[in-house]
Amino acid sequence: MESITNSIQGVPLNHYILFCAILFSIGVMGVLIRRNAIVIFMSVELMLNAVNLLLTAFSVHHGDASGQVFVFFVMALAAAEVAVGLAIIVMIYRNTSSTDINVLNRLKW
Amino acid sequence: MIDFVWLVPLFPLIGFLIIGLGRNILPKAVAGFIGSLTVLLSFAVSIAIFVQLESSAVKTHIVPLFDWIRAGNLLVPFSFQVDPLSALMLLIVTGIGFLIHVYSTGYMHHDAGFSKFFSYLNLFIFFMLLLVLGSNYIVMFIGWEGVGLCSYLLIGFWYTNSAYASAAKKAFIMNRIGDLGFLIGVFLIFATFGSLEFAQVFPQAANLAPNNPFLILITILLFIGATGKSAQIPLFTWLPDAMAGPTPVSALIHAATMVTAGIYMIARSNILFTLAPLTLEIVAIIGIATALLAATIAVTQTDIKKVLAYSTVSQLGYMFLALGVGAYTGAMFHVLTHAFFKALLFLGAGSVIHAMSNEQDMRAMGGLKKKLPITFITMLIGTIAISGIPPFSGFFSKDEILAHTYQHSKTLWVLGVIGAMFTAFYMFRMLFLTFYNKFRGTHEQEHHLHESPKSMTIPLIVLAALSVVGGFIGIPHILGGHHWLSQFLAPVFYQSSVRTGALTLDHQTEFLLMGVSVAGAVIAALIAFVKYSKNNHVPLADNVDRGTLARLSYHKYYIDEIYDFAISKPLNFLSGFFYRVVDKAAIDGVVQGLGRATTEASKGLRLLQSGNIGFYIFMMVAGIVALLLYGFYNI
Repeated sequence: MESITNSIQGVPLNHYILFCAILFSIGVMGVLIRRNAIVIFMSVELMLNAVNLLLTAFSVHHGDASGQVFVFFVMALAAAEVAVGLAIIVMIYRNTSSTDINVLNRLKW
Repeated sequence: MIDFVWLVPLFPLIGFLIIGLGRNILPKAVAGFIGSLTVLLSFAVSIAIFVQLESSAVKTHIVPLFDWIRAGNLLVPFSFQVDPLSALMLLIVTGIGFLIHVYSTGYMHHDAGFSKFFSYLNLFIFFMLLLVLGSNYIVMFIGWEGVGLCSYLLIGFWYTNSAYASAAKKAFIMNRIGDLGFLIGVFLIFATFGSLEFAQVFPQAANLAPNNPFLILITILLFIGATGKSAQIPLFTWLPDAMAGPTPVSALIHAATMVTAGIYMIARSNILFTLAPLTLEIVAIIGIATALLAATIAVTQTDIKKVLAYSTVSQLGYMFLALGVGAYTGAMFHVLTHAFFKALLFLGAGSVIHAMSNEQDMRAMGGLKKKLPITFITMLIGTIAISGIPPFSGFFSKDEILAHTYQHSKTLWVLGVIGAMFTAFYMFRMLFLTFYNKFRGTHEQEHHLHESPKSMTIPLIVLAALSVVGGFIGIPHILGGHHWLSQFLAPVFYQSSVRTGALTLDHQTEFLLMGVSVAGAVIAALIAFVKYSKNNHVPLADNVDRGTLARLSYHKYYIDEIYDFAISKPLNFLSGFFYRVVDKAAIDGVVQGLGRATTEASKGLRLLQSGNIGFYIFMMVAGIVALLLYGFYNI
C-alpha cells in the first residue's frame, strides 16, 4: 500500500492535467459525433469523470480534502442524472423503436 | 379654564364620531340633540374662556397639547393659542353654530340624511375651531382644509342632483386653487423666519423693514389663499353656486363662519400685511371691486338665496376693504355683525323656502308678511342691519370701515358708499318682493303656507336680537361710546396700530361721513320701496329680453362663461391633447412599439431552432468554448 501511494504521488500534476484534458476531449467529441443516445450518455459520463479525476488530483496536490469531498457530490448527482436520463432514453425507445437522436427532430420552436 | 381650551374642539369631534358612526341606529331626535348639545357645550366653554381672558392681565395664552412634527429644525407643536382674536372667533363659531344646529333640527326634519347632516355640521364646527385656535400656520391649515372638505360634503349634500354635485366640486376646486397659494405662503414663511409659530414669526417680522420683498410675496400668497376661502375676485364664483346646499349650510358655512376664515387669517397675520403696504393696497382694491361687482349682480337676481349669496360676497369685499386700509378691528367687527345678520337672513330665507315647499324664486313669492309674521319681522331687522341704518349692528361696523377708508383714500370711500347703497337696494328689494303685495305662487303653495316650527323661529329671534344690539360693543367715541371691541382686540393688533396710527378724522367729518352713508342707504331703500312695493314691479322672466346692463348683471357678467371659455375649455383642450397625442401616440407608441419589435425579431430568431439535437449540442459546446476564450483573453 505504502508503495502504491508513493508511486501515485510521484506522478507529476501535469500528467494528470494532460490525461484529464484528453479524456474530456474524447467525451466532447463523443457527444458531438455519435448519434446513439446511449453512447452520447456514456460520453457525458466520461466528461464528468475526467473532471472528477482532475478535482481529486488537485485536491491531493494542495493537500486539501475538500476537492475529494466535492467529487462525491458530483458522483451522487451523476448517479441521479443517469437514472433520469436512462429513463428518458427508455421512453424514447418505446416510442420510436430507436435511440438515434436524429429521429428526435421535433424539439423546435 | 383657558388650559382646557382643547375641550372646545373636542366636543364637536365627539359629536361627529357618535352621530357619524351611529347614523343608521340613532333616532333623528337623538342625533339632533347630540349635535346641538356638543356645540352648546363648546359655546359654554368658550364663554368661560372669554370671561377669564377678559379679566386676565396676560392676553395671549399658548396651550400646548403635543409635539406633532419634529424633523430637523422644523418643529410643529399641536398647540392652541387663546387671545382676544381667537376668543372672539370661538364665540362666533360656537354661538352661531349652536343656533344653526337648533334651526337645522327643524329645517332638516323630513330629510332622509338627517343624521349624516348633523355629523357633517359637527365636523365642520370642529375644523373651524381648529382653524381659529391653532397657534401656528400648520394647525390653521388643517382647519383650513377641513372646512373646505366639509363645505364640499355639505354643498353636495343632495348629491343625487348632478347640478348640486358639480357645485360642490366647483367649490372644492376653487378652494384648492387658493389653498395652494396659502400653502406656498406658509412654506415661504418657514423659509424666511425658520418657524411657523405665530408667537415666533410675528415678533421677527416686526423687526423687518417695510416693503421687504419676501414679506410682500408671502402676504400676496396668503391673500390668494384668502380669496379662495373668502370668495373674492377672482375666486368668488363658487360661493353663489354653493347655495345648492341645504339653507342652514349656507347660513353656517357660506355666511357666518367658513368664509370669514380668510379675514381671520389676514387679521391674525396683520403685522405681515402692515409691513407690506403694496399687498394691502391690492387687498383694498380687490375688496372694493368684489363688493361692487357682487352688489351689482345681486340687484337683478331672482333666487332668494342667490341674492343673499352675492350679498355675502359683497360684504366680504367690505371686510377685505377694511383689512386693506388697515382697519383690522373694523374688519373683525364686521365679521361679527355680519355673522349675526347674515345668518339671520339666510335662516329667514330658509324659513320662507320651507313655507313655500322648496320654492326659491322670488317671482313666485310675495305677500308672505301675514303668513310668516315672525320670519318677516326678523328678516326686516336683518335687512335694516345689513343696510347700515342706525342703530342696528351693521351701521356701526360698516361706518367704521368707511371712516377708515375715507382716511385712506377718498375714491375708495365713494365706491364704498355706492356699494352700501346697492346693498340697501337689493336687500329691501328682496324683502319687498318676498313679503309685500300679493302672493304670486301656485294655489297649492299658498295652501301650504305656514309659519315655521319653534326650533326654527327661536334661532331667528335670538339672531334678530343680536343683530339689533350686536353693534353696541363697538360704539365709536364720537357717539359717546368707548369702542369696547377695539380695546379688547388692541393687544392682537398692537404692532400694526403702532405703525398705521389711529383714526385722525375730526368729529365734523366723521358725522358727515355717517350722514352720507345713512342717507344713501335710506334713499336706496326708498327707491326699492317705490319700485317693488308701491309700483308692484316684478322681475322679468328668464327668457324675456332686458336692457344691456340688466342682462349683464342678471347673467353675473358672464363670469362663469368667461372662466369656462378662458380656463376650463383650454384646460380641457390641453388634457385632450395630452390624452390623444402625448399619451396615446407618444407614450403608448414607444411602449407598444418596443413590444412589437421584440415579437417581430423573435419570429425571425426562432427559425434558428431546427430541431436537430446534434446541432444544439454543437452550438452549446461552441458557446462554452467561446466563453472560455473570452475569459482567457479578457482577464
